[in-house]
Amino acid sequence: MRREAPQKIGDYAPLFFPATMLIVFFVVPFATMIAVSFFQRQQAGFYVPAFVLSNYERFISWFFANVLGFSLMLAVVVAICCVVLALPFTYLLTRMQRKVQIVWLVALLSVLSLSEVIIGFAWSTLFSRTAGITNLLVMAGILSEAKALLPSFGAVLTGMVYQAFPYTVLVLYPALVRLDPTLTEAARTLGASPVKAFFTVVVPALRNTITATLIMVFIFALGSYLLPQLLGRPQHWTLSVLITDQAIYQSNMPFAAAMAVFLVLVTLGLVALTVIAGRKGEAA
Amino acid sequence: MSGLVLNNVTKEFGTFTAVNNVALTVPHGTFVCLLGPSGCGKTTLLRMIAGLDLPTDGAIQLDGKDITKVPTHQRELGMVFQSLALFPHLTVGENIAYPLRIRGRAKEEQKKRVDELLSMIHLSGYADRPVSKLSGGQRQRVAIARALTISPKLFLLDEPLSALDAKLREAMQVELRQLQQKLGITTIVVTHDQREAMTMADTVVVMQGGEIRQAASPMEIYRKPADSFVADFIGQTNLLEAELDSSGRALVFGHPVEGVAFKPGMTKATLSVRPEDVHLTAPGAGALSGTVTFVRDLGGTIETFVDVAGHQIIAVSTPRARPDVTVGQPVGVVLSPDVCVVLAR
Repeated sequence: MRREAPQKIGDYAPLFFPATMLIVFFVVPFATMIAVSFFQRQQAGFYVPAFVLSNYERFISWFFANVLGFSLMLAVVVAICCVVLALPFTYLLTRMQRKVQIVWLVALLSVLSLSEVIIGFAWSTLFSRTAGITNLLVMAGILSEAKALLPSFGAVLTGMVYQAFPYTVLVLYPALVRLDPTLTEAARTLGASPVKAFFTVVVPALRNTITATLIMVFIFALGSYLLPQLLGRPQHWTLSVLITDQAIYQSNMPFAAAMAVFLVLVTLGLVALTVIAGRKGEAA
Repeated sequence: MSGLVLNNVTKEFGTFTAVNNVALTVPHGTFVCLLGPSGCGKTTLLRMIAGLDLPTDGAIQLDGKDITKVPTHQRELGMVFQSLALFPHLTVGENIAYPLRIRGRAKEEQKKRVDELLSMIHLSGYADRPVSKLSGGQRQRVAIARALTISPKLFLLDEPLSALDAKLREAMQVELRQLQQKLGITTIVVTHDQREAMTMADTVVVMQGGEIRQAASPMEIYRKPADSFVADFIGQTNLLEAELDSSGRALVFGHPVEGVAFKPGMTKATLSVRPEDVHLTAPGAGALSGTVTFVRDLGGTIETFVDVAGHQIIAVSTPRARPDVTVGQPVGVVLSPDVCVVLAR
């Protein structure tokens, strides 16, 4: 079937609704934020329209460079951990009976329904000295005495991976279900052990899906601002934490907006780089 | 002995028995077709030989060694899947080199073997193409080449040609048989197409309901079917119900047919008569008489449908020996005893 290019303005009618939604709920707020990032802050916490670069200038410092670097590093590590854990998990899940798959998917969806706050407090209890998992290890005779596992980088990482894991599985699931199961069977008949077949057939055949999932989890993790505060030390705070702090507690909207704009630009840049690298890898 | 031996192999899925107590010997270098309607257990049997499914009971031996529990990747076999299962992320050459790469062989050895195999399947120069850019027939050849990369002991094919159009399929059947004879490799093909089985196989194994009905050469299967299922499944046949009368003569639809000998102890039987063995003659002559109901002229062959006492008998002849009949005309049907195969009923 060939479709004709739209001729009249009426032919674009089906696009009006989504376009309006996109403009009202995305373009306008984002444009407002960009505008605010150039505004002048007043002493009382208000701001007036202006065009000043001071918000961005203030940002150029070692302190913020470190926080930005740490935020990006944390998001990358969370993305990698999630995909490394979720890929074999989802692969095995798709090989199970339909009934078993549904039970697992429902369980994952219920984790997804938990808010960041609940996840944060649950893990802070689990990592605590008095009621945490180390008590179980003491009972099992592995540790001599219970200790607190937080605040620490490990605790932040665990909480964020826990939060992003269901997303990762749900994004990988359709691609893995569609993957022809005879591909791995063929690999086995050709001399590959099941583990080798997984790494030489399943992983490379899903290269694009894996890249897309990494990017998605990375962006998801970049927005996390509660878990680093609940489970980490101040040096584990991400840029999102600082943005929240400036916007809500310091009432410095223009500076918060400038940081947010910068974060979006850096993120877009990194995603673009990944996509370009992926294209090059394919061409080679 | 060398070759493949199946000892009373059984496979159950829950309460369903897919393969029931199958015993089969495939001597080294022979070409065997597992033939049967869908759901007869032929693919399950092949998957057990490959090690993709484990038998519930029984043993599988290859060259005198018990391989029943040996994992698939240690069996040194080549298998072509119905879906072909070419790796979409690899080029033609990389697909064919995969078995060598997985075994850690040197790059030069891989390249040499890929070139050999590509020239064998008449696709020299295709090594760097992505598999998605190939035609159906070319993909088929690549899948065959990939299965033969390591010169396996066993070459297994699961409905390998079913995705091809009729002409290409016929050509590939001949090509596959010639390739197998050149390489002298023990080959087992699963198919539901009896023409395909007859074209390629040394031994045709007809299966139904998880059991082997008959395992014999194509000619024997066609000429001496073991039962009415085999007779009906392989080619076209007329199955006629017959019984003995008090004087020991065979009666077909109540008419005596001279010379047909029942096996001792039989009082009822089914006669299988191939349509090309049925001759039509003048009314009154011949063992049976009936009326022509339809004539199908296929150019190469003429099929004449005759109604005999409410039963349909089909006679096939060549255009040169075309019977001079029209629809509605009474005819005599000649059944010579040497073409009637007597089957238990």
